[in-house]
Amino acid sequence: MSDTHVLPLEPHTRSTETRHMFLNIGPSHPAMHGIIQITAELDGERLLATDVEIGYLHRGFEKMCELGPYNNAIPYTDRLNYVSPLINNFGYCWAVERLMGIEAPERCQYIRVILSEISRITDHLTCVGASAMELGAFTVFLYMIKAREVLWELIEAVAGARLTISYGRVGGVKADLPEGFAQRTHAALEEVRRVLIECDKLLTRNRIFVDRMQGTGVISKELAISYGITGPFLRGSGVNYDVRKAYPYFVYDRLQFDVPLGSTGDNYDRYLVRMEEMEQSMRLVEQALKQIPAGPILVDGGGQAIPAAAMVDLAKLGQTGGMKRVNVVTDPTLGGSTKSFHCGINAPERRAVLPPKEDTYGNIEGLMHHFKLVMMGHGIRPPQGEVYAPVEGANGELGFYVVSDGSDRPYRVRVRPPCFTIMAALPDLLIGGMLADLVPTFGSVNMIGGELDR
Amino acid sequence: MGQGTADAGKLNWMTTKLDAALGWARKFSIFQYPFVTACCGMEYMATACSHYDVDRFGAGFPRFSPRQADVLFVVGTISHKMAPVLKRIYDQMMEPKWAVAFGVCTCTGGFYDNYATVMGIDTIIPVDVYIPGCPPRPENVLDGLMKLQDKIQLGTLADAPTGPEGRPAELRVLHQPGAHL
Amino acid sequence: MSDVTRVVHERFPHWVIASHAYRGDQTVVLKREGLLEVCAALRDAPELACEFLMDLGCVDYLSFGSFQGSAPTLTTPSPLPYFMKPAPTAEMWERGVPNEFRFEVVYHFSSLTHGHRLRLKVPVTAQDAVVDSVTGLWRAANWFEREVWDMYGVRFAGHPNLKRILMYEPFEGHPLRKDYPVNKRQPLIGPVN
Repeated sequence: MSDTHVLPLEPHTRSTETRHMFLNIGPSHPAMHGIIQITAELDGERLLATDVEIGYLHRGFEKMCELGPYNNAIPYTDRLNYVSPLINNFGYCWAVERLMGIEAPERCQYIRVILSEISRITDHLTCVGASAMELGAFTVFLYMIKAREVLWELIEAVAGARLTISYGRVGGVKADLPEGFAQRTHAALEEVRRVLIECDKLLTRNRIFVDRMQGTGVISKELAISYGITGPFLRGSGVNYDVRKAYPYFVYDRLQFDVPLGSTGDNYDRYLVRMEEMEQSMRLVEQALKQIPAGPILVDGGGQAIPAAAMVDLAKLGQTGGMKRVNVVTDPTLGGSTKSFHCGINAPERRAVLPPKEDTYGNIEGLMHHFKLVMMGHGIRPPQGEVYAPVEGANGELGFYVVSDGSDRPYRVRVRPPCFTIMAALPDLLIGGMLADLVPTFGSVNMIGGELDR
Repeated sequence: MGQGTADAGKLNWMTTKLDAALGWARKFSIFQYPFVTACCGMEYMATACSHYDVDRFGAGFPRFSPRQADVLFVVGTISHKMAPVLKRIYDQMMEPKWAVAFGVCTCTGGFYDNYATVMGIDTIIPVDVYIPGCPPRPENVLDGLMKLQDKIQLGTLADAPTGPEGRPAELRVLHQPGAHL
Repeated sequence: MSDVTRVVHERFPHWVIASHAYRGDQTVVLKREGLLEVCAALRDAPELACEFLMDLGCVDYLSFGSFQGSAPTLTTPSPLPYFMKPAPTAEMWERGVPNEFRFEVVYHFSSLTHGHRLRLKVPVTAQDAVVDSVTGLWRAANWFEREVWDMYGVRFAGHPNLKRILMYEPFEGHPLRKDYPVNKRQPLIGPVN
């Protein structure tokens, strides 16, 4: 006790010490719609250094894909970028198709384009809406989610689910477009357009919004390329790179669309790029609906139409004679599949494509075929090899690198997640800016946990 | 003596009614903390926004501070890396508090049965209402919310335990990992 | 042989082990000593000009080709069910190195100027799983390499901050290795279930 010197707090001995403050933002933070942790070193309100920690939603996608047959990975791909699951579905299916050396029929390619673009619109709506909400524009969020709801109803009419649809199949898609889809789509797009015009009025010249978005989160062309950033984020910096244009897949080379480019690479430019991309996506959907070829209505003519349930009943009684030629009418209980449409949307490749459900339930050949593709150890078996299939996801280049070892399950499925590279660049975007700029910048990253952490 | 029991009865009646009134007030003014991690967050957004309008049930006001919230909505897969965060947030909430497992990943782990994910959040925190679905449709969410409201109404009266112990006896299944193997 | 592969062949014949163009993807298998040299040329040489490091991943070849399905009757290596004839394939895929080289770090490059893509593969053995880091050439490599270290345990010499990225620090092992059991859990809190 005697050694302790208590210094008197005389005014002349006081000194001021300036220390940097460390602020922990996340993993669960109100101003951010994603689970990441940002450790920020602050000098006043200025960010000096940041450390980004991710991985809070790592759920072993790549390991799970290696466990089951090729088709089993499709539901997992839905949950990668869960705001635009259809793009992931089709990307994975396309990778496996390339591995098998098969191609989906033309009508299916158009369906894939239409639904990918609708998915892209829902993604951009969510991204713009959520980042506007974080800046205080709650009305925009409500409007945009309302518009997304309209599109989800459209997707539900096609795929049977709103969000996690599992609609893609290797060599095709699950079901054909329903009756009156074109009219419904036109009506829905009208509604989305109306919402977008309203939101454009609310945001684009809104003083608060512009002040917070303009000049924040700036990234130069060179830096963005070095980070491997793609998608709207890169195009906001003025680099003309779009997988749909650079490496056309499906039928994008037959459709007209523009790639909107920004100039300064700030949050505002990225917002404008996203708004314009939605318009371009709607343009793509409308063109594709005009061009889409009618599926071959009848495989081989001559059969009269009977309900699918009646066909199954007949088959149970053993009356399968001539059943191959029967044209079955639509029955929703069989997963939206009807035999006549099936060949229009699925590749004629029995090594990879599941037979129509009517055949699976109705005759022994179909059942055998189904069994051969579904049972463990049988399944789709691409030859040994590897393939990298890039598609333009809502956040940028979404690549599936699939390695096959000749067995019925993928040896390795690697996803190139578009927002992973953007998140890696986040410290460079933030450092030097104000703390409050973190919110619009993070909003424009459109970080999707399922895709980032897989 | 007789006077005393009458008083006690009256008192019981009073407290019962008070509890009922409290429960009624609580169930229509749910301040929720959306612990949004994954895909289910999209359906949570859809439910919370104008189309399905969770505000009709008095739960339209998310509080992003656990200290101001009474219901924890755990929305989306919880990984082992996230589990300590979830536990900490639950511990920060004031009593009375309720927790809702939103989506099948939070209920049981869903189809992510692997090294990274927690097999149901009820291994970490007590859960009052389980909303299944991958992700649950908004109608399903509203149904779960109404079940939660019923539970809130009764909860203070019955003082029912939450979590797996709070389930009816016939549903109280022991957790047996690997039972399916 | 396409232009990109040919240029790499001509400039670095001593580093290239094999190359192929399976399903249209240009692939070059490299010795790991030559990685940095080839990568620098890929980025800077005007005829290659691969500005983008699109993807960097890893494959564990521990059990490659040894998987037996649960259907014991079908042991042929044919990709087809027995009742179908194989379609003629003009192209054959070969790994280029024996499977003693357990890991293979896979780089995907893309060129903005020329529009070509190139895949580079660097096989390493399990005992000496170290590859040079390309963080000095592309910033994208930083997180990708951290992820490969986290998931596969392949080290990157010269990486500025090689630590786990998706898993947490106390986690033992590398989950995407083929010998890591899929449901071996290491929870931070709560029961091991």
